[in-house]
Amino acid sequence: MGDKVPVAGLLGGFVASFRRDLLIAARHKAELTNPLVFFLIAVTLIPLGVSPEKSVLTLLAPGIVWVMALLATLLSLDGLFRSDYDDGSLEQMLISPQSLYFTVMAKVLVHWLVSGLPVTLLAPVLGLMLSLPVEGYLPLLVSLALGTASMSLIGAVGAALTVSLRKGGLLLSLIVMPLYIPVLIFGASAVQTAVQGGAIGMQLAVLGAFLALAIVLAPIAALGALRISTNG
Amino acid sequence: MAWQWFHRLGSPRWFYEKTTPWLPWLAVFSIALIVTAAVWGLAFAPADFKQGNSYRIIYIHVPAAFLALAGYYIMAISGAIGLIWKMKLPFMVMKSAAPIGALLTFVSLVTGSIWGKPTWGTWWEWDARITSMLILFFLYLGMIALQQAFQHRDTADKASAVLALVGMVNIPIIYKSVDWWNTLHQPATIKFTSKSTIDPSMLYPLLIMVIGFYCFYALVLLLNTRVEVLRRESRTQWVNDLVGSMNKKV
Repeated sequence: MGDKVPVAGLLGGFVASFRRDLLIAARHKAELTNPLVFFLIAVTLIPLGVSPEKSVLTLLAPGIVWVMALLATLLSLDGLFRSDYDDGSLEQMLISPQSLYFTVMAKVLVHWLVSGLPVTLLAPVLGLMLSLPVEGYLPLLVSLALGTASMSLIGAVGAALTVSLRKGGLLLSLIVMPLYIPVLIFGASAVQTAVQGGAIGMQLAVLGAFLALAIVLAPIAALGALRISTNG
Repeated sequence: MAWQWFHRLGSPRWFYEKTTPWLPWLAVFSIALIVTAAVWGLAFAPADFKQGNSYRIIYIHVPAAFLALAGYYIMAISGAIGLIWKMKLPFMVMKSAAPIGALLTFVSLVTGSIWGKPTWGTWWEWDARITSMLILFFLYLGMIALQQAFQHRDTADKASAVLALVGMVNIPIIYKSVDWWNTLHQPATIKFTSKSTIDPSMLYPLLIMVIGFYCFYALVLLLNTRVEVLRRESRTQWVNDLVGSMNKKV
């Protein structure tokens, strides 16, 4: 009669969500390599399709690596909420007493750890293949680390909007890519400027600002979109 | 009792009946203003010192660009009103505003491209404002695509409203991009707080054209929204009576 069910606090809820998603990701280890292999193959297409000349590749390398990293993140977004939506656990999360902001934040964090972060760490290797000058490697790592985190957050909004659609994948890319373009411009500019010998404090500051804004606003937009998608 | 006027605004039927007499006035005003400004700008305004007569496309390019930006705000704000107050009518306005805004953005990009060829020597340039207007075009296309994708109209409306609000960050970036990045596209010449850097003989027809375009946008938005009202309320008695009386006239 009147048993009080213990409810975890904000941090407890976040940690529980985080552990669950990390466990699910660990059980599908083969899926973790998909963004990396896509990244590798897509970058390989440029020398084969455009030109293998070192001078041309050096010029294009910052942009190509950034664009392909963007596409790799974009393609891995579709599965962010979909499997939870399909088996009904998303609705359970929506009606649970936990703060949905932290649930979404945990999901996005796991998504970044299994797709954005590996892509960032692989990027210097691909830069090597594209003859990226040596000044570009550290800016590439830092700008991609900030950028892929922002992209995971912004992409979560698009994934939440399209989760209830059967063929939501292409539409997701369509609606999310215009929102990615400012991140891409500053990220590629950071690497480009560093290669040419300039200081990149401005670009990194703007990327950091995008990330800060995304951390605060994107989960709220995503959880609103999740409520809309599941009630429709 | 005091808020009745506000809730009445949300009634599609009230909106339809109230706006019916506005349409001829809006049509007359917009055509008069646009024709006046077009004749003044194309025939009577002086030729530019550097560009000669090719600058006259400004009378289409600038109003279209203004309205593309304003139209996005109209779309986003009506989406926000629909989400907050859970009204049907703002969502209908939002849905109607998307294709109009997309077309206006397209017109401004094309006229800008045509203007750029004799002035800058190139059909296209990846400078800050052109690129961010292109992004605005993509945002409009995304809105149109998202609305078509859902089966339930409520879900489509609410999801599109969320997307419109998320995309609203882009508008200040477009507006200020020419000030932040000193690239090819010229900075703002029409200022509200200080003296404009464009000559008055060219400015006045431009302002009249802008007002004319606003009236025209209002007209087209009202027409499209009225069609959307009829489409969504097609099962109600008042719509059937309206269609019946129209059939009798014909």
